[in-house]
Amino acid sequence: MSTTFVIKRSLLYLAVAVVVLVSVFPFYYAIITSFATGTALFKPAFWPQAFSLVNYEAVLTTGSFPQNFLNSVIVASTVVVLALLIAVTAAYALSRVQFRGRTLMLLTILSVSMFPQVAVLAGLFEVIRFFHIYNTLWSLVFSYTIFTLPFTVWVLTTFMRDLPIEIEEAAIVDGASPWVIITRVFMPLMWPALVTTGLLAFIAAWNEFLFALTFTASNSTRTVTVAIALLSGSTQHEIPWGTIMAASVIVTVPLVVLVLIFQRKIISGLTAGGVKG
Amino acid sequence: MTTETISQGNLVDAKRYRSELQATRLRAAGVFLIPMLIALLIVAGWPLARSIYFGFTDATLDSMYTGAKWIGLENYLSWITLPSGKTFFSGILADPEWWNAVWNTLRFGLVSVALETFFGMLIALLLNSTFKGRGLVRAAILVPWAIPTIVSAKMWAWMLNDQFGIINLALVQLGFIDRGVAWTVNPDTVMTSIVIVDVWKTTPFMTLLILAGLQMIPTDIYEAAKIDGVHPLKVFWRLTLPLVRPALMVAVIFRLLDAMRIFDLVYVLTPNMKQTETMSVLAQQNLFAFNNFGYGSAESTLLFLIIAVMTILYIWLGRVNLGGSAR
Repeated sequence: MSTTFVIKRSLLYLAVAVVVLVSVFPFYYAIITSFATGTALFKPAFWPQAFSLVNYEAVLTTGSFPQNFLNSVIVASTVVVLALLIAVTAAYALSRVQFRGRTLMLLTILSVSMFPQVAVLAGLFEVIRFFHIYNTLWSLVFSYTIFTLPFTVWVLTTFMRDLPIEIEEAAIVDGASPWVIITRVFMPLMWPALVTTGLLAFIAAWNEFLFALTFTASNSTRTVTVAIALLSGSTQHEIPWGTIMAASVIVTVPLVVLVLIFQRKIISGLTAGGVKG
Repeated sequence: MTTETISQGNLVDAKRYRSELQATRLRAAGVFLIPMLIALLIVAGWPLARSIYFGFTDATLDSMYTGAKWIGLENYLSWITLPSGKTFFSGILADPEWWNAVWNTLRFGLVSVALETFFGMLIALLLNSTFKGRGLVRAAILVPWAIPTIVSAKMWAWMLNDQFGIINLALVQLGFIDRGVAWTVNPDTVMTSIVIVDVWKTTPFMTLLILAGLQMIPTDIYEAAKIDGVHPLKVFWRLTLPLVRPALMVAVIFRLLDAMRIFDLVYVLTPNMKQTETMSVLAQQNLFAFNNFGYGSAESTLLFLIIAVMTILYIWLGRVNLGGSAR
């Protein structure tokens, strides 16, 4: 081993260390803050100084945080299931059947996912009031469709396009209808893609803020993102950092765990939406 | 004779069968597309059209049902000329707050996407080389991406706190500053704070897209360049960059469009700061906080137009450049 090689390797590992540190430190710091209370909270330090569950107790027993958490789970799961149901059949039509205007339709779907959300805010508000679902979880399930549906359709279409034609031909020869082809032939092959797109759509819905802020107005209907943004102390100048960090950790840990478990699938899903498109 | 007619009959049958099959498939495709089209129409198409319509009215949150008056382009620009000959302009296009928001959004978008591209490229190149623990690093960079924007805003607000923030502590200990900076309140540093958090949060996305592009480049090209003794920097500029360019372009467009509509980070990290107020924030506030429903709708329509024009321009310019580099 030459010296230049050793120097190069050391520099590489130094760069790696910096990348990992910068990526993970804020979350690490939020975790140690969430375990600190009282004066320990106001003595910044890089290492954990205290271990107390008081903040978690406060978040989970006072206020509406558990309800908000449940709301987020309900909204994100419902919107993902609905989006996938609609998207699977649509993706079949868009990827396996030749028809005029298909490219145009795909481009339209892609452009909907590029919409600035604020551009439809006024109109959505009117529709939501018209359906009498303002300040209910349905308003969020409804409005989140604008970003979950185009995304799931797009990714599932690119996935289905790559499936070999032979599988489908065999089913057609056996006289299978398109519906049977989707449910019996494609679905078993597609579950990894469904899990990935579903997970990505779930994360997007879980993290959404603008619609949740605009279309809900009471503690019992808010989702976690809005709840955390609006967490405040008894006085205006007394921001409860400990509780905010505890709530943040509770909200983030499930996502981080899911992402780390499914990281390979997520990376391929993210890049399928980007590079191939 | 007979065999011929039979085979001809079979052919006709096969053709008819095929066209029938095609018709069934087309019909099925139509049925399958209808739910999606209806859903997109009521959550995207119709609301967009209504938002644009409201932009031409004097609607408020209360009058939007009882009947908002059509006022033409008044929300966008109107003027009155006084008898003295002085002309007063009003409307969004004459509103300094709007132009401030436009400038903030553009500045934020350009700076943060440029930084994200730079860091994303560096980290992607790093991850594209082989070393022990590469999987671990890839997992680590997914953490910022997985954290909700609101949560990252709060985490960073705490780390950037003027009195108790860890960043000020580190900077003071290292001797860069004498005492804590109020990063998220000081007009001079609020934009920097927003850019820092956004770069931290979205560089992973950039990295992954660029990395996917890098991994599609065949390795023998690099080996050939190595044998020929080409300088690594030259390899990057002449080989890697042109080859990864399509992936890079897509990533930049995605991020730029995303940056132009930024709302949550600004709303939570630096509330009510004129130095960071973006178009989305201003429009949302006019719509729902200040009860200027018509005016806010007009602003959101302008944002929509700006993003649409940018998309078209970028794709068009990109294509021209791509053609140029191919020569």
